[in-house]
Amino acid sequence: MSKTDSLQGSLDLLVLKILSRRPGLHGYAIMTAIKDRSGDVLRAEEGSLYPALHRMEEAGWIRARWITKENGRRSRIYDLTAAGTKQLDAEESRWQEVISAVDRVLRTV
Amino acid sequence: MSIWSRITNAFRSEPLSREIDEELQSHIEEAVRQGRDPAEASRAFGSPLHQREASRDIRLAAWLDSLRSDAVFGWRQLMKRKATSAAAVLSLALAIGACTSAFRLIDAVLLRPLPVAHADRLYVLERLGTDPAGKPGSSDAWAYPSFQLMRAAVQGQAELIAVSYAEQGDLTYRTDQEMEKAEFQFVSGRMFDDFGLRPALGRLFTQNDDLKPGAHPYALLSYDYWARRFVRDPHVVGRTMRIGDTLYQIVGVGPEGFTGTETGTVIDIFLPAIMHPAAIHDDWTWMRTLAILRPGVAMEPVRARLDVTSRAFEAQRAKGFKGMTEESIREFLNHPLAMEPAASGASGLQQEYRDSLIAMGVLVMLVLLIACANVANLLTAQAASRAREMAMRVSIGAGRRRLMQLVLVESAWLALVSAALGGLFAWWSAPFVVSRINPPDNPVRLFLPADWRVFAFGTALTAVVTLLFGLAPALRASSVNPASALKGGSDPHARRRLMHTLIAVQAAFCFLVLFMAGLFGATFDRMSHQPTGFSADRVLALETVAHRNEAPVVWDQMAGHLRAVPGVESVALAGWPLLAGGSWNGFVSVNGAPPGPVMAYFLHVSPGWIETMKMPVLEGRDLRPNETFPGAALVNATFVKQFVRGESPIGKLFAKGSQGFQVVGVVADAPYESMHEPIPPVVYVPMQTVVGGALQPMRGATFMVRTASANPLAMASTLRRQVAQLRSDFRISKIRSQAELVRAQTVRERLLAMLGLFFAGVALLLAGIGLYGVLDYSVVQRRREIGIRMAIGARATHIARGVIANALLVVAAGAAAGLALGMASARSIASLLYQVKPTDLAMLALPTVLILAAALVAALPAVIRAVRIDPAATLRSE
Repeated sequence: MSKTDSLQGSLDLLVLKILSRRPGLHGYAIMTAIKDRSGDVLRAEEGSLYPALHRMEEAGWIRARWITKENGRRSRIYDLTAAGTKQLDAEESRWQEVISAVDRVLRTV
Repeated sequence: MSIWSRITNAFRSEPLSREIDEELQSHIEEAVRQGRDPAEASRAFGSPLHQREASRDIRLAAWLDSLRSDAVFGWRQLMKRKATSAAAVLSLALAIGACTSAFRLIDAVLLRPLPVAHADRLYVLERLGTDPAGKPGSSDAWAYPSFQLMRAAVQGQAELIAVSYAEQGDLTYRTDQEMEKAEFQFVSGRMFDDFGLRPALGRLFTQNDDLKPGAHPYALLSYDYWARRFVRDPHVVGRTMRIGDTLYQIVGVGPEGFTGTETGTVIDIFLPAIMHPAAIHDDWTWMRTLAILRPGVAMEPVRARLDVTSRAFEAQRAKGFKGMTEESIREFLNHPLAMEPAASGASGLQQEYRDSLIAMGVLVMLVLLIACANVANLLTAQAASRAREMAMRVSIGAGRRRLMQLVLVESAWLALVSAALGGLFAWWSAPFVVSRINPPDNPVRLFLPADWRVFAFGTALTAVVTLLFGLAPALRASSVNPASALKGGSDPHARRRLMHTLIAVQAAFCFLVLFMAGLFGATFDRMSHQPTGFSADRVLALETVAHRNEAPVVWDQMAGHLRAVPGVESVALAGWPLLAGGSWNGFVSVNGAPPGPVMAYFLHVSPGWIETMKMPVLEGRDLRPNETFPGAALVNATFVKQFVRGESPIGKLFAKGSQGFQVVGVVADAPYESMHEPIPPVVYVPMQTVVGGALQPMRGATFMVRTASANPLAMASTLRRQVAQLRSDFRISKIRSQAELVRAQTVRERLLAMLGLFFAGVALLLAGIGLYGVLDYSVVQRRREIGIRMAIGARATHIARGVIANALLVVAAGAAAGLALGMASARSIASLLYQVKPTDLAMLALPTVLILAAALVAALPAVIRAVRIDPAATLRSE
């Protein structure tokens, strides 16, 4: 069961953060990065990553372009935009708020 | 990105899908490259189709994409059934085009504001009263002195503007040999300032041109006239023109687009109102009075003020009337003043055609509704054959909204194509209708721009039409029950009920259209066959002006000269032709009694005029050459009925003001100014006028010429030549045939009858097609039942009755509803009818018979189809 989406709505935040550190990743690399960095705890369901990426692209947070790899195959890689950087800040602070709020609840109850 | 990229993506949905697929594919390849098992990687990825759809919905505007695919699908559906689609499109196009056309006319005549400042605060002053027949009426004619008093009375609250009735007159630029015609209008100088207008050239009139009678001989050209007559010559300012005896100097050219305030007439030349020869007369009403309210000023106090002023003026004037009774004077003064909004101008065209245009609008609207009902029926019948398709769509997951959209988009296609064709129709037909209301020599000129107003109307109409005929089938399609539809047994009765209701509605509207058309047709028939009391055939009216006043004997010489022209039977003189619009009236007192409240109308004629006009003499004799005005008089039968009751009229004395007359003969009644109104009392008086014992010379008169030729206008040029030959300083300014003048009286009735007949035909045809479609559908639906009935021995007549009875019942019910509607609405078109009563049995019977006959004809093919059903074949096929 741990293989299902355990990100609970934080997928956008993770994708933006990863792209802010390492621009020019394709979908598979983003997925791998989420898995590796979280020590295998967080996993995006592989297929549903793409609708999410496309949604963020439509929102103007990330930008996509096609590159041709050395084996002749094309792959679509993503970069953060200025709007995406701003969105990342907003999502990060929102996340901190949620964490500390949840924390408070856990401590007081 | 954003909405724009989503919209563009909607139009490249195929490449987009490929692109998404490629990205998803590269994901799995990458996984495999990283050493994962291909099967495992695919499983972990989930359904690529599902992901693709999810991404697609994000990356393109889904609504637009579905709309696009529905549009493509809908178009294919229409093209698949070319015949029915074409029928639907044609009927709708005709109806939409007619509606748009009617709107263009109504807009141009009644709605479109004048291109001036403060049009919304512009009013026209009228006096209310009753006409001789007792019907409420109003007059917008004012005398200039009265206008001056009223203008002073409301100074600071409203600006009053004098605008004469546009008149076609003669003018010359160089010599009298080059006389030409133009449309004149005398206006207050300050009108242009009040309207916020700027000259295109030179200057406009100002209030300084309103000061002294006869002292402002300036002319202002309208832009339209300047462009037409002078090809926009910038040196036109300063040139002079002669109108009558006055030399006018052109001071400027008005702004482009401003053609005066008389909608339907394009003014060529504006002249200062104070220059009008009647400006100093208090008993000569020759102009309209317009009022512009100052901002924030309430109308009622201004109206009351004007009313008081106008009454005081008339009361003052009435003191000069000799021997009128108190009651007559009270009656005379009892004309309350009203202010009517005049944002779209004030013209006789509006007054005369307001009701007609609205009636025409109603007619075309009814035809549109009939066409909509037709198409709705067509779509409903098609929906029946597509019930399975719809059910299939529902069962594989299409939403109800999506189904509605599918059907509505198809309707929208129909409406759009029809609207485009209808637009073409309207582009042609509106000017055509305008060209039909042209009285001879005085064309109606209306601006019919195809601007945003027309476009907005067309768009709104198309949307409404789409909903009107598309909504019912769309709702029905979306409420399909897949389980029963797929089994093939949806409820056909519900569908038939809807279609029958639509047929009833069609029949009702069709009845209304036929009923109105019948009334208009009968009106035209009665009007054009009404006896005129004279013979208009082969008679020409030559309106002639002389360079200067000439003695009556010179005019008689000219008449004698014309009489000698081969092909001329007789010639007489008259002040103006009958039914040409000229009018001269006054109160008369008989035998010294006080004048009654009814006015008599006067016309100067020469001896022999009644013979030329072939007007029967009922009593007494014609005028004699030695008789003069005032003195001898011919009167018509109505005059005798009105004023002389019971006694012998010959020798009776009567007076108009200080002028005394003696009746020498009585002639038959003939319409004087208009054939729409009851014939008034008319007095025919001699041409030769004596003032202070001396015969007055005359500037102009009309020769009435009876020719031998059936086409009198063929003699026009000969007569022109003959006049010029005898006296080169005499000029014929206008030649019209009397028959043409009579015909012009029924222009409106002819137009209404023509439009009514056309739309009645269209309505009947559409309703017939609609009924045919429905019956045919119901026979197809019921072929199993009919087959069984026939198999167990039902007779063909029985089957036929079964098919027809129901439909006829529906049509009859609809017609009855239409009859009730017609009776209820007949009062509103009463003003357009002449000697026709909406309650006449014939008026009601004709539409009923026509509709039932059409229904029978339309039912025939379905009946034949029903009785030809082969029970064996039908039952086997099921």
